Amino acid sequence: MKIQINNGRVIDPANIIDEAGPVCIEDGVIVSVMRIPKGFKPDQVIDARGRWVCPGIIDLSARFGEPGDESKATIASEAAAAASAGVTTVCCPPDTSPVIDTPAVVELIHQRATKSNKVRIYPIGALTQGLKGERLSEMYALRQAGCIGVSNANHPVINNEILRRTFEYAASTDLIVFIHPEDHHLRNHGVVNEGAISTRLGLPPIPETAETVAISTALLLIEQTGVKAHFCRLSTAKGVEMIARAKRVGLPVSADAGICHLYLTEQDVDGYNANCHIIPPLRRMEDREGLLQGLLAGTIDAVCSDHQPHNDDAKTAPFSLTRPGASTLEALLPLMLDLVDKDLLTPMQVFEKLAVNPAKILGLESGSLTAGSIADVIVVDPELSWTLTTSQMLSAGKNTPFINWELSGKVTHTFLNGQLVYNGTSS
Amino acid sequence: MTVYNTIQLDENGRLKHFLTTEGLGRELLVEILDHAESFAGVGSRAVKKVPLLRGKTIVNLFFEPSTRTSTTFDLAAKRLSADVLNLNLAASSTSKGESLLDTLHTLEAMHCDMFIVRHSSSGAAHFIARNVAPHISVINGGDGQHAHPTQAMLDMYTIRKHKQRFDTLRVAIVGDVLHSRVARSDIHALKTLGVNDVRVIGPKTLIPAGIESLGVEVYDNLQNGITGVDVIIMLRLQKERMISASIPSEHEYFGRYGLTEEKLEVAKSDAIVMHPGPINRGIEIDSKVADSDRSVILQQVSHGIAIRMAVMAMAMGSLSGNTVKPDEDTDK
Repeated sequence: MKIQINNGRVIDPANIIDEAGPVCIEDGVIVSVMRIPKGFKPDQVIDARGRWVCPGIIDLSARFGEPGDESKATIASEAAAAASAGVTTVCCPPDTSPVIDTPAVVELIHQRATKSNKVRIYPIGALTQGLKGERLSEMYALRQAGCIGVSNANHPVINNEILRRTFEYAASTDLIVFIHPEDHHLRNHGVVNEGAISTRLGLPPIPETAETVAISTALLLIEQTGVKAHFCRLSTAKGVEMIARAKRVGLPVSADAGICHLYLTEQDVDGYNANCHIIPPLRRMEDREGLLQGLLAGTIDAVCSDHQPHNDDAKTAPFSLTRPGASTLEALLPLMLDLVDKDLLTPMQVFEKLAVNPAKILGLESGSLTAGSIADVIVVDPELSWTLTTSQMLSAGKNTPFINWELSGKVTHTFLNGQLVYNGTSS
Repeated sequence: MTVYNTIQLDENGRLKHFLTTEGLGRELLVEILDHAESFAGVGSRAVKKVPLLRGKTIVNLFFEPSTRTSTTFDLAAKRLSADVLNLNLAASSTSKGESLLDTLHTLEAMHCDMFIVRHSSSGAAHFIARNVAPHISVINGGDGQHAHPTQAMLDMYTIRKHKQRFDTLRVAIVGDVLHSRVARSDIHALKTLGVNDVRVIGPKTLIPAGIESLGVEVYDNLQNGITGVDVIIMLRLQKERMISASIPSEHEYFGRYGLTEEKLEVAKSDAIVMHPGPINRGIEIDSKVADSDRSVILQQVSHGIAIRMAVMAMAMGSLSGNTVKPDEDTDK
């Protein structure tokens, strides 16, 4: 199968390309960019005039409901949503049920992903058995089975001696550790940022130090063990500063932010809006500003959806009793493009944060349009305006804080391995 | 704030649900106090009933244990001639796995007119108000650490009885402000009624972050905080707070924040002492103060019945003048 995408604006930060030209795909591989090989006879031609041709999005964290939460979402439902959103690769955290701490669970996820054939899924293995923070998981076996890194997700490793050992063992297994920085005791069952809003609403607060103390502990252990570490979902300006300092002294660390934290603050929780019940919590305006600054300065390498689909039941209760997390896959790209409209990022930078850097963090060769690489390619209409409604969302989770937001930018084609897995032009 | 108004008031600006004192106008709060005034006499009549809510069914929906709040709501409803159903759900449906919403819909199916709700989760009353059938009114009997609006209004009623006007008052709220829904509701009501000088007093471990944004001043020293005040509202110290490392011991707490006759001397000579109850003698308040003529703690309890009658009658639309626009007429 040969595909030729013509006249699009090719945005490929890995190769510093931002200009109009063709992209040619053959048998799942990008064969040529900006020129058409001699004798190339495409089976399919796509005219991408006025649109962008970019590497597929690599999402560092999206939960797909399987295994364990099939009543909320399935790999099939979420893979379809991912494809429509231009996401071609996702990492799924290990806090499934059962936990991703055995090769069998990794195998199950791979099988379901292969069956849906719309998105590449890289499971992140558990750092400790059952995520209990007590015993090391079989990291080598998990790596052999295809885990791309290890993490204890939002579960605490309370004992720092054990945390140190997990870092050492991960380092010797050549696995990156994904750290969700949260001090369990300082979190203290909190559900929203500590401050005027938590006080007014009477909701259990989470102080800034729940994040910064955990970052500080982790950084010292990273320095000691030499493990490669990625900090997930920074939420505080101070946390960003700490990571910036660590990078300056040469620690092997990277960091991401979730898309919600770049757009929302604790104010959005007002009125007990359960769709804004997110962990780490939405913080103050100053924190959101700090995250945006960190994004521009390169301290925050990547932006992810942190997609967590829930059904109505999980969000229909008094605020503290609702499940945290938002369904965000389908808002990720348009919200990033909004940062371009606001002149904060260039289109090149958007795809650095969404593709190039995540690939680097994960050690993948994808994330670019380099000739010879796997053809995970998307075509985006950056001007197309649309309103996010639950009825047109493909994700089974309708729990989005961005409901009825006017967005701009929509994916028209998603190619995975050179196969068209989403075509938005026909509908 | 608009969030609270849109859910608490109907399209004519009348009280539909009473969930929080936050964001309600001064006129409405004064109206509640005035109606309570007119109900205050009912309890001392030979026949302690008025027929305002005859034929209405009120459900006391308590997901958390309570004695005085549920009893006074019960009495208030009966004095308004309503039929009352007392449901203690703390150990019932919820432990059988039924969701809050399903419990509500079950009760709706029994054609009830009003829910009085107490729940340990902040925002529970809002949640219920947002999800009940449109003909049902919801009164918050205390939700988590968020609000206890009828307690606040009976506090305002008690203050007005003793002090007449609000704008010149200095009011101190002492103790576990962090976990207190009463403190939050009192603060909103006091500020709305025009009290400029509201102080909260307690150790930093019991003062919530950002409380200054509600317009209060924070003191960690009791003497400094109650100097020259007209009203002292003591809060109950929950025993669990010691386990959570919020205070070192009852002894030390009483030494620093317990109200004694001696410490009370720096307050105005006619200052009144209030407490939402139940009191811990010798922990937050000395018996001599609790039983002195400065203490209005028992008056608060009887005012609670009148306030709850007023709020219930207003929310059911059974009072003429239950409106911010006095010219609006009612059909009841």
